[in-house]
Formats: sequence, structure tokens, C-alpha cells
Amino acid sequence: MALAVAKQDALAARIAGLSFVAGGWLGAARGAALERLGAMGLPGKRDEYWRYTDPASLKATVAPKASLFAADDEPPVFDGIDRVKLVFVDGVFDAAQSDDLALAGVEIERLADAGARDIHWAAGLYAVLEARGQVPVQRPLAALNSAFATDGLLIRVTGKAAKPVSLIYVHNSETSDAILHHCVKLEEGAELTILENGPAAARFNKVMEVDVAKGARFHHIRSQGRDHERRAVTHVFARLAEAAVFKSFTLTANGVLTRNEAVIELLGDDAVAHVAGAAVGDGQFHHDDTVFVTHAGLRCESRQVFKKVLKNGAVGVFQGKILVKQGAQKTDGYQISQSLLLDEDSQFLAKPELEIYADDVKCSHGSTSGAIDETALFYLRSRGVPMRAAQGLLVLAFLAEAIAEIEDEEIAEDIRARLEGWLARHDH
Amino acid sequence: MLEIKNLHVKLQEEDKQILKGVNLSIGPGEVHAIMGPNGSGKSTLSYVLSGRDGYEVTEGSAKLEGAELLDMEPEERAAAGLFLAFQYPVEIPGVGNMTFLRTAVNAQRKARGEEEMSAGEFLKVVREKAKTLKIDAEMLKRPVNVGFSGGEKKRNEILQMAMLEPRMCILDETDSGLDVDAMKLVSEGVNALRSEGRSFLVITHYQRLLDHIKPDVVHIMAAGRIIKTGGPELALEVEHNGYADLLAEGV
Repeated sequence: MALAVAKQDALAARIAGLSFVAGGWLGAARGAALERLGAMGLPGKRDEYWRYTDPASLKATVAPKASLFAADDEPPVFDGIDRVKLVFVDGVFDAAQSDDLALAGVEIERLADAGARDIHWAAGLYAVLEARGQVPVQRPLAALNSAFATDGLLIRVTGKAAKPVSLIYVHNSETSDAILHHCVKLEEGAELTILENGPAAARFNKVMEVDVAKGARFHHIRSQGRDHERRAVTHVFARLAEAAVFKSFTLTANGVLTRNEAVIELLGDDAVAHVAGAAVGDGQFHHDDTVFVTHAGLRCESRQVFKKVLKNGAVGVFQGKILVKQGAQKTDGYQISQSLLLDEDSQFLAKPELEIYADDVKCSHGSTSGAIDETALFYLRSRGVPMRAAQGLLVLAFLAEAIAEIEDEEIAEDIRARLEGWLARHDH
Repeated sequence: MLEIKNLHVKLQEEDKQILKGVNLSIGPGEVHAIMGPNGSGKSTLSYVLSGRDGYEVTEGSAKLEGAELLDMEPEERAAAGLFLAFQYPVEIPGVGNMTFLRTAVNAQRKARGEEEMSAGEFLKVVREKAKTLKIDAEMLKRPVNVGFSGGEKKRNEILQMAMLEPRMCILDETDSGLDVDAMKLVSEGVNALRSEGRSFLVITHYQRLLDHIKPDVVHIMAAGRIIKTGGPELALEVEHNGYADLLAEGV
């Protein structure tokens, strides 16, 4: 069906300023993505998938300005973790600030360098999972990313990485509009942890495609920090082969608008995928977790654990789906989304969905929103814990189930400490 | 230690008077017991003293070592030395028992201008005190009161009391839900804390707890007032004859 003229015009205006780089394997992938985008058009408020989150500022021709946020009173996230640091400034890789790309068992290349070649392993991955993820739900902003991303990393893991690869996003310009695309391929039995943190840009569109081969394990821990005016849309697309493991956790504080999508396919048997998020929002905050997990293999396990603490009119959104395909017997699917509303101005909008075409599966989902437990609060205060600290303890307790999804205890502790620091502040 | 004068309290939501002029004076190191039938206002008294929401003091005062408790926030009362062992200890999923205890101990120390306890020192003290109450390491690690049996919850209350070292302890029906062995264990824990500078107010329905925690003074409460005060023999009298005679006498 042809797009309405208005949608065509909006799309044309949006992409007019973006440079399309043709040529090589990457040019071909970009061309295909641009075609997909052309057929879909940009998302609108009337689209079912954008019912709770207005995409206007994410798709506007010019990115709204965002002031720089200096969190100079606290050390950066993951500061104490031994890792390979790779820095992007307003969406452009900064070699001078980054560590050497050499890491045993891991090949890391810049997308900008690899794209011109004729043959590359990433040709089988770049925009491939994104394209698969366009069915049954359209994700035009991801297609836009595939078509126009000029930077990002291509990471191939053949063994067990000795330390995490840490992507650090620096925001230096109030008007930066960054599009980054990463591809991560874990070969059979490989293991890698990716860390992500930092404000990135005034507007940030990021896609990460992760292909996890047989028996390989991928961990992803991300912190979206205190930059109040951030607008970000991120997609992670993952494909899991037999006995592969994929675990992703995101901590979010503040941000005018954040939409994090996770699209995961469990193709092989006995694969495991966990996606989790803990978000604290105060005031002008809109945070949307949109998750789509497809079970195709036998005996696969998936978990979605999302917790949000909202106050002063903050809005939290959760759209989570488990699709169990025909034949995906013995599936074990779990989904929970909960919000703690610290006042009556905040709201939580949840749309949990299960769609099951196999008869021998175990799937459960739950969604709740509630206020802080007054009895527990009094109990803590009666033991001498001041009001604010008692609230903080209960908020942390509420978020604990999501943080518990982080397997590495050192990283989990770092995230917990970060959160405690944020909660102790007035502004988060 | 604790001086309650003419305390009148009503429920905030309904216009219902619960305490109608309670007078009570507890000296340092003394153990007082309050007995009384259901609905006499015993638990309300403990909640009002500890600062729970939902009650309105319409008249009277309650002073702890000269300081007016009723003007303080619950956490300030705790720092001033008041402790309430809850009838129904609250379960707090996600908060570890150790974290809870350490936060409480250090918050009180901070409020009193004392130095906070180091992690090492705290661990040593808590292990020692837990051992005498037969609280194992596993229980200390679990979230506060989650999955605890009735007896474990009450022992956990006494552990908190031992760690916080309050000057005025209120035990609200600590014997409820306890079997004989658990009651003995809890009572031993309480008795170990008895000292010249620490007073107790033990609220109970039954005399049997007072076999283990021997009171100096026994009060009978009915319809929001203390209607009779005497020695330990008063508790025995209740045990034998019930409250009916006393109530008739009091009215």
C-alpha cells in the first residue's frame, strides 16, 4: 500500500539532511533498509505501537536541543570495572580517547572503516536482524538507523573475552543528532559482556544487532544516566542459536524521552534470553520499554523483568510480548512489569501480551502499579531510619528483582551503588 | 523514664475515642505489664507512643526522660531511645535483614551525634547477639521477616532491640503466635537486656509470658483507661478469675 502523501513528505524532510553512503556490502544493506523505510514511513502517534509514546521529537527533521549535563560530582558508571573503553563523542568514534581495539578473542572494527570493503562477515548481520524484526511489528526508526548510520562497531567474538567491552557515549554539542549501529557476532561457545553508558547526544538513535551462536553467552549492561533532556530511541535485535544465552539489563534515570526496544528470537533449542530494566523518573520523564520475544526452539527460557519508580508526573510505559510459535514446546516464558508510583501525578501504562501456538508451554505474566507500602515505611522509621532513607531503601528493594538479573556481582554492585547515589540526591 | 499523663487518643478517620485518660509512670529499670481484654486500647497505646499514623492525640502527654514523644517523628522517638516490638512484624521483600539492622543502628547513632559502626564491628556484634537468640546466618541474610515463622519474626524483633539498645522497650503481645519453647527463647532474650537504665512495658493478654518476664508492676487496662494497678499477683488473679470481676470493680 502506498504511503499517504503527508507521510512521504515527513519522511523526505527527515532524511533530506542525512547522508546516504553507497557502495560495498554496506551500501547494499543500507539501500535495502532505505527501501523498507520508504514503504513504512516514520512512526506516528496513531500507530498502535506508538500509542503510549509520542514519536514526534524522535522523528522531527531537526533534533530538539539538549543542554549538556555534567555529573562531575560523581564518578562515571563502571569506573572501577576493568574493561576495554571505546568512546563515541556525539555519535562519532574517538580513537584518541579510546583504548586500543585489540582484545584477545575479540575483533573490533569501526563500521566506517569496514563498509567500503567488498566482503565482510558483517554483511550477514548488518540490518539483517533489524529486517527480521520488522515483522510482525514495524520499527521504522530502526530501519532509518540501518540506512543512515555512518558509525558504530563491528565486533566478532571467537573465544571468551578477557574483559568487558565498554561503549562510552559522550555528549558535547547541544544540537547533536547521533545515529549509531553496532553489530556483535558471537561464534560458537564465545562469551562477551558489553557495557554502555553516557549521554551520547541531544538525540540518539542506536541499533545493536547481536547474533549468538550455539552455546555462546552474551551479557549487556547499560546505564542511561542523569542527562535530563535526553531523547533516545534504541533497539537491540538478538538471534539465539541452540543453548545460547542472551542477558540484557538497563538502568535508566531521567531523560525527557527514552524508548528502548528489544527484539529477541530464540531460534535454537534450549536457548535463554533475559531482558530487564530498572528506571527511576522524576518530573519530565517518559520512559518506554518495548519488548518482543519470539520462541521458535524447544525448551527455551525467556524472562522480562521491568521495574519503574515514578514521581512528579513521570510516565512509564511497558509493552511486552511473548510469541510462542507452533512447535516451540516446553517453552518457559516469564514477564513482569511493575511500577512504584510515589505520587498521584505519575502514571504507568502497560500492555503485556502473550500469543501462544504450542500446547505444552509455561508462560506467565504480571503487571502491577502501586504506592509505597506505608506499613513497611513506618516499621523502618520506628527503628530510627529517617523518612527519606526509609523510602530509598524501599525503592531499592522494589528495583532489586530487576537488578538481580545482572549475573556479574561486581557490575551489579556498581549499578546498585549508582542507584543509591541517585536516590540520595534531590534531582536523581 | 516514661511518663504518660492523661492521654486521650481517637482514631483519625472515625470519630472514635480509644484512649480516655491513660496515666502511667515507669521508672528506670522497671518492668511494667499491661493486661486487658481485646479492644481495651493496649495496642493503640503502643502505636501512639511509637508515632504511627492514623491516631489523633486530643489531650495529654507522653514524655521519655523529660522529652515530649508526641511532638517527635517516629525516627526521632527511636533515636531518643524508644523501641516497639511489633505484634505483627512487617515483611519487607528486597531489603536484607543485615542491611536493615545496620541502616537502623547507624541512623540512630548519627541522629545522636555518635560515630557510625564499621561493617566489621557491626558484623561481629550482630553475630554474637544473633547466636544467643538462635538466629542463624541464613536468617540474617534473608529479606526482613520474609518467609520467617511466627517465632522467627519475634526473635528477630528481640535481635533488633538488642542491637539498637533502647532505653524504653515496649513489647506488644510478643507472646502471640509463640509456642512454649519459642516463648522461652524470646523471654530469655528480653531478660538478658534488663538493666538499671532500661525499662520495659510488656503488653499481653495472658499471664504466661509474665512467668518468664517477671514484672515489677501490673496494670489492668479496660475501655481506654488503666483501671487497676498492683504487683505480679494481679496477673495471677486475672489468670484465675478472668477480667470480668475487675471490670465490674473498675466501672
